[in-house]
Amino acid sequence: MNAVLDPIATLGRAALGLIRQAGALALFALEALSHLVRPPFYWRIFFSSLIETGFFSLPVVALTALFSGAVIALQSYVGFGQYHVQSAIAGIVVLAVTRELGPVLAGLMVAGRVGAAMSAQIGTMRVTDQIDALTTLSTNPMKYLVTPRLLAGTLALPCLVLVADILGVMGGFTVSVAKLGFSPSTYITATLNSLKTMDVVVGLVKAAVFGFLIALLGCYNGYNSRGGAEGVGAATTAAVVGASILLLLFDYLLTDLFFSQ
Amino acid sequence: MSTPPVSTPPATPKIRIRGLHKAFGSKIVLDGVDLDVETGTSMVVIGGSGSGKSVLLRCILGLIEPDAGTIEIDGENLLTAPRSRQEALRRQIGMLFQNAALFDSMSVGENVAFGIRAKHSDRNGAPPSRAQALQMAGDLLKQVGLDPSVGDLSPSELSGGMQKRVGLARAIAGSPNIMFFDEPTTGLDPIMGAVIDGLIVDCVQKLGSTAIAITHDMASAQRIGNRAAMLYHGRLIWQGEASELMHSGNAMVDQFTHGRREGPITMELRK
Repeated sequence: MNAVLDPIATLGRAALGLIRQAGALALFALEALSHLVRPPFYWRIFFSSLIETGFFSLPVVALTALFSGAVIALQSYVGFGQYHVQSAIAGIVVLAVTRELGPVLAGLMVAGRVGAAMSAQIGTMRVTDQIDALTTLSTNPMKYLVTPRLLAGTLALPCLVLVADILGVMGGFTVSVAKLGFSPSTYITATLNSLKTMDVVVGLVKAAVFGFLIALLGCYNGYNSRGGAEGVGAATTAAVVGASILLLLFDYLLTDLFFSQ
Repeated sequence: MSTPPVSTPPATPKIRIRGLHKAFGSKIVLDGVDLDVETGTSMVVIGGSGSGKSVLLRCILGLIEPDAGTIEIDGENLLTAPRSRQEALRRQIGMLFQNAALFDSMSVGENVAFGIRAKHSDRNGAPPSRAQALQMAGDLLKQVGLDPSVGDLSPSELSGGMQKRVGLARAIAGSPNIMFFDEPTTGLDPIMGAVIDGLIVDCVQKLGSTAIAITHDMASAQRIGNRAAMLYHGRLIWQGEASELMHSGNAMVDQFTHGRREGPITMELRK
């Protein structure tokens, strides 16, 4: 009997654990957001997070977008050649980059770079009593550490994705013109014809949601880390893995919401 | 006709703790602690590792929520007061952490200035400007025996003793009338420990504060405190004058203060 029930019990425990985690994460997010409308707001922390998340992620996001656009152009050329519809390459590149690759790849890059850094920084502050020190100095740690980072993440990622969109299209353009023999004017015209405001806007909305999730997971895991260096390491891993999974889940949900017929 | 004797009501202690309980899972850490700390007193709490000393301080600071009991400051129950009142009461507490807990993303001067800006600001009054706070931080650094130029360094560039001094400067930045010291001499050589103790005594006397220090260091306990108490298994088993620590007459206290292996206190191996 136990052999039958044990796996069910394990599954039940795992499900309850997951629900508990989701609830704790939601409460954490709500508390952090509630500080947005209650002064003071720590502008210095906000701007430094904005620069850290947005400006310093620019090189990695730009390179990723540039090469992704180039790869799509190359792959599409090979694939579409079988059906003699190579002219659709420009449309495919702009569609893929603005709708999916721009937000998702930028999000994954930022999750690895900024989500990990946020988690490690706040986690180290937790295990070295710096967060408790904030409390004893009449400073709410959620308001000081978490709220500005959440806002910075939410605002920085759309800016990065806008850059990623432009560079992704440029990557496709460069390969198509320099390697595949397309005429520049034809490619640009086809790109502009395929470019839809809705695609770009939805991509930016996705980016804002991803930015929020990355910062939330980074702060949540760091804030709740325990047990010294090992705990901080585990929190950092959980922040990156959790943010990446949630990002892909929300990508599906938002795509379904905006684009499903 | 004789005048009846006038009885003066006993003064309300600055800090009064009654029946404080805290457990983590099945492990009981505080088991009904009663403690009075009179105004202007420096109380030293001693006890073995895991006896609940740090948890006691953290409960008073609001960093840990106790399971039961009362904590009063100036007769006002911290645990049942409205949140804004709790914050106001705790605003008068300064804390020196065991590892100083300096913010490593800030310079030394900014750490102290943070304490100044945090404690001097309230809803009605603006905090001092950053430049003013940094200037005041220089004066506080001088007060704890550091050159104000140290303010430009990062905390990681300082020795343990210097970090403790900076932590002390940050703790006294708001002129607190209650001060907590969590093992202030741990990790320091005996001379530096004595220096830090001297600074603590000076600061407490200058501010007229009430202090609670927790320590394992008996020399430090006698230098800092004028009252002492011992926690064992989450209970306060002895209270007295700090000068009596080494000859308290309590077998457990005597074993602990003299560091004897034999006695009523036995080391328990965690299962």
